[in-house]
Amino acid sequence: MAREQRLAEVFVELADTLVEEFDVVDFLQTLTERAVELVDTDAAGLMLDNQRGGLQLVAYTDESSRLLELFELQNQEGPCLDCFASGTIIPNIHLDGARTRWPVFAEAAMGLGFSTVHAVPLRLRRQVIGALNLFSIRPAALTDEHLAVVQGLADVATIGLLHERAVRDQVILAEQLQTALHSRILIEQAKGVLSARAGIGVAASFQVMRSHARRSGVSLTTVAEGVVAGFLGPADLQAADAVP
Amino acid sequence: MTSVRVAEILSAVWADSPDGSGLPTGLVHACAGALPISGVGLALMTEQGPAGTVAATDGAALELEELQFTLGEGPCVDASKTGRPVLQPDLASTAPGRWPAFASGALAAGVAAVFALPLRVGAIRVGVLDLYRASPGTLGPAELTEALSYADAATLLLLYLQTRASESEPLHALAVLDDRAEVHQATGVLSVQAGIGLAEAFVLLRARAYAENRPLGEVARDVMTGSLDLSDDRDDRDDRDDHS
Repeated sequence: MAREQRLAEVFVELADTLVEEFDVVDFLQTLTERAVELVDTDAAGLMLDNQRGGLQLVAYTDESSRLLELFELQNQEGPCLDCFASGTIIPNIHLDGARTRWPVFAEAAMGLGFSTVHAVPLRLRRQVIGALNLFSIRPAALTDEHLAVVQGLADVATIGLLHERAVRDQVILAEQLQTALHSRILIEQAKGVLSARAGIGVAASFQVMRSHARRSGVSLTTVAEGVVAGFLGPADLQAADAVP
Repeated sequence: MTSVRVAEILSAVWADSPDGSGLPTGLVHACAGALPISGVGLALMTEQGPAGTVAATDGAALELEELQFTLGEGPCVDASKTGRPVLQPDLASTAPGRWPAFASGALAAGVAAVFALPLRVGAIRVGVLDLYRASPGTLGPAELTEALSYADAATLLLLYLQTRASESEPLHALAVLDDRAEVHQATGVLSVQAGIGLAEAFVLLRARAYAENRPLGEVARDVMTGSLDLSDDRDDRDDRDDHS
């Protein structure tokens, strides 16, 4: 399929997600997955300002604890923090040449098999509210066109977060960010609960909850709430069909 | 996340009330003193809904809580129901349309702005911290950060009091706010393994990390890989309760 066509499809898909009462984590998760696909990278993570002086991971494409370690390391140093602090895109960083700039981060990311990293800010006018990070295994640079696509997706994420609301003051932003952070935590708790109940991995648990949300037309957060409250068990979610 | 600030807040509150009796009152007074606000109320929430006022700095703060409890409407009620912060910098202009009965009572009590912060960790919801001011106006970014740190501290405090954490663990020992996904996943796994609620699992995980002087993330990883079963910790505590 021509990439332009796929690009148009993705933007329609994301726009379709932005209905009344949409699920912010599901939306950001989809956006992160599509970013990886559209610019042919291997992994991505989206972080938001936690309004307590730090960043929190709200969506990511790879469940492995190794990648999470990577993000943890990023909390001390790395392109994501620099991007968040400066509000400017940090593209095409070859990790091999970034050992001086981010010694710990570069080493860890290369240890996971990545060779290139990109960080794009989520900006609301002059304020930076988060960052989208992309990781590549092959040392191929993103073209200007690729980078425009990624920045476009980051802008869609920002618009989605501040969905249809007046962005005139900090009040709305604070309400939305805090809600997104806690929705993500809720989903992680539910992944743990479901994995222990069903005897499957956390990545499989996530897929099971997400499929169920899609099938039944309810939000991912609602499904996660049902799982932690005990209303939704493995049988309801057809967890048995999932690959552990 | 700035768990450093949260630990500072809890240490200070603990120092003023080593026997634990005045912890909630100490926290609301410290919060009111740290921010340009007039007063603070702390309301408890159970699964059945709002469960009353735990502490209030003054008469107006108490009235604010009681008013909403009686009427069943208001920013703090919405914050506890939805889990979203409800920030109302100018009640006179926004509240009459949204909460008619509450608005007239609150304005008559001299409350012009309310910032209701839900006390939650994902699916764990324990109450609401309500900041009010006698004059309208928003909280600035730094003030919001400080308010959220107090909300985090209040969350831990209520969890600490509710789960009857051991007296050998000081309150601030639980102030490890680690937002890595696996910490929240492990909370979910542990709640199933031990047959306890998420709130208790959340505290148990932290108590174990504190007791062993290990990073929370490491204990969480052990729970996820199955190399550590904390359900016994709970039995120990039950035994201890039986003998006391």
